[in-house]
Amino acid sequence: MSQLTLAQALNGALDTALSGDERVLLLGEDVGRAGGVFRITDGLREKYGPDRVYDTPVAESGIAGAAFGMAVAGMRPVAEIQFMGFSYPAYDQIVNHIARIRNRSSHRFTAPLVIRIPYGGGIGAAEHHSESMEAVYVHVPGLKVVVPSTPRDAKGLLLAAINDPDPVVFLEPIRLYRAVKEDVPEGAYEIEIGPVRVERSGTDLTLISWGAMMKETRQAASQLEAVGVSVEVLDVRTLSPLDRSGMAESVSKTGRAVVVHEAPLTGGLAGEIAASIQERCLYDLKAPVSRVTGWDTVFPLKLSEGHYLPSAERIVNAARKVLEE
Amino acid sequence: MLSFVRPDGTTADDLPIEVEVVRDLYARMVEARTYDDKSMAMQRQGRLATYAPFRGQEAAQIGAASALAEGDWVAATYRDAALNWSVGYPWRLLIAGRRGHEIGGRLPDGVNVLPPSITVGGHMIHAVGLAWAEALKGTGRIALTSFGDGATSEGDFHEAMNFAAVYQTPIVFFCQNNGYAISYPVEEQTRSETIAAKADAYGMPGVRVDGNDVVATLLVTARAVERARSGEGPSLIEAVTYRLGPHTTADDPARYRDRDEAEEWEERDPLLRIRLLLERAGLWTSEWQQELEERASSAIEEAVSWAEALPPPTFDEMLERVYARPTEALREQLEAGR
Repeated sequence: MSQLTLAQALNGALDTALSGDERVLLLGEDVGRAGGVFRITDGLREKYGPDRVYDTPVAESGIAGAAFGMAVAGMRPVAEIQFMGFSYPAYDQIVNHIARIRNRSSHRFTAPLVIRIPYGGGIGAAEHHSESMEAVYVHVPGLKVVVPSTPRDAKGLLLAAINDPDPVVFLEPIRLYRAVKEDVPEGAYEIEIGPVRVERSGTDLTLISWGAMMKETRQAASQLEAVGVSVEVLDVRTLSPLDRSGMAESVSKTGRAVVVHEAPLTGGLAGEIAASIQERCLYDLKAPVSRVTGWDTVFPLKLSEGHYLPSAERIVNAARKVLEE
Repeated sequence: MLSFVRPDGTTADDLPIEVEVVRDLYARMVEARTYDDKSMAMQRQGRLATYAPFRGQEAAQIGAASALAEGDWVAATYRDAALNWSVGYPWRLLIAGRRGHEIGGRLPDGVNVLPPSITVGGHMIHAVGLAWAEALKGTGRIALTSFGDGATSEGDFHEAMNFAAVYQTPIVFFCQNNGYAISYPVEEQTRSETIAAKADAYGMPGVRVDGNDVVATLLVTARAVERARSGEGPSLIEAVTYRLGPHTTADDPARYRDRDEAEEWEERDPLLRIRLLLERAGLWTSEWQQELEERASSAIEEAVSWAEALPPPTFDEMLERVYARPTEALREQLEAGR
């Protein structure tokens, strides 16, 4: 065990994967010499060489498409797209090719690859560097979408993603890269893609979130606990496939749920989660499922970030309202 | 433009390949055309979904395919059935796919051909990745990607060409310039003098060949394949040809091109010139032609019968081929939809 940030844990996962499986290779803009815009691939080109860690031309569609070809031919590529707003040129490759080759070939060809995308706001970067458009990936059949919020999960989930037989979009919450340190096991271990993690157990209310918003969600939970509310906190971790029964199990116990995400409200995953909860445990609900999300706006520039990002206060207020029902 | 066999069947030089090889190429072109003709007819009868004919492009496709070795990768398009068949994609599966049966995309093990790309241009970079992986594994395999003149306008063409050159991947870019992107003539699609000329900008050789000359296409592709296999990197081939039929069974070429133009290209028919060449060498007879056509016909008909007799795809299969293992949601949908 060593105390690592989420960024260091991801670097450790890539290091472990590169050393353990010669089919694994990294590609992306500035991932080699520069070690990635967020230094997640720091030192890996020096350690494994330019035939394992490739700096690529600035061409997101090319990166995703080349990774697709490599994966079909038996490699395990891990591609990095620098920011979520830069991932859309690769969307055609992801939707039309990567996510559906298993379907198009009835399992003859598969694309077991990982596309890592740093995402989310709160670091004062310009608009395209800050958005949370995870729903556009979750909507694509054939893809898995994973978001860690702790260093330990980050390493275990990334290793599971690299070994997964299906393509995984791996979203990394930029705001949490260096926020906290945690004990992270050495060497290889996997955390199963799929199940939610019950981070805190409680009986009055379930708070459901993922990625960077786990920070505000935890703060809200502590504030609520301080006034005597017993809060269960779920870190969803895998956005596709969603652990519908895991969430329903918690809400059928507490009877109340608030879903928190940074992404815009309309078409966001909170809607899917709320629908899924009422389908499974409507009669256990003591109040309607509430949503605390970003607004239906373009992610703003630095000085307006405070207007946009859901705060612990907003979560607490939503929880109070749900508790009053 | 490189060419070898003139439209009248004469050649500039002695044949650089065995005449038996030419006979075989001809036989394959006859079989491919039979497939194309029958597919058009079946589509009209409602037995196939929309069909994209390759009539007129048989030499380009079969010439290119014949330069490849077993295990080489092919990433081609919806119009490349002749090419794909030539490297092992069975007629049965091609027909099943066009009938709307997913099994059509399940290539037999060992046949390294991707299911035909439907969106234009996105597949070229796949061949770069395939070739890249084979180079890393040291297998000696290469990749060939086939696409039309229309695809060279896609940004993906640029990214694929650039990646291939940057990483010197063992790949052949095979462009069939058939004159039109559906209705849009190639002269209007680009201000480059030729498509082959675009290769210069990427730092790879670009060759223009008469795509209706199966011998020239084979030779040019074989040279590019050899280059790729020996580690000298990618090449671009522009095979100049013409789509004698419509873009697909859903359009009418009379709206966008002259009848005279198509008639002119009929005279440059890729099958005709080889027939004349073989006839001159005393290797073509009408009996042999009849035999070829009958053999082709029964091969295609057998494949059609096979495809038409397939059990229809099931609901369960549809939900079970999305992931390696169905997700919780898909398992529930399996239950709900049965």
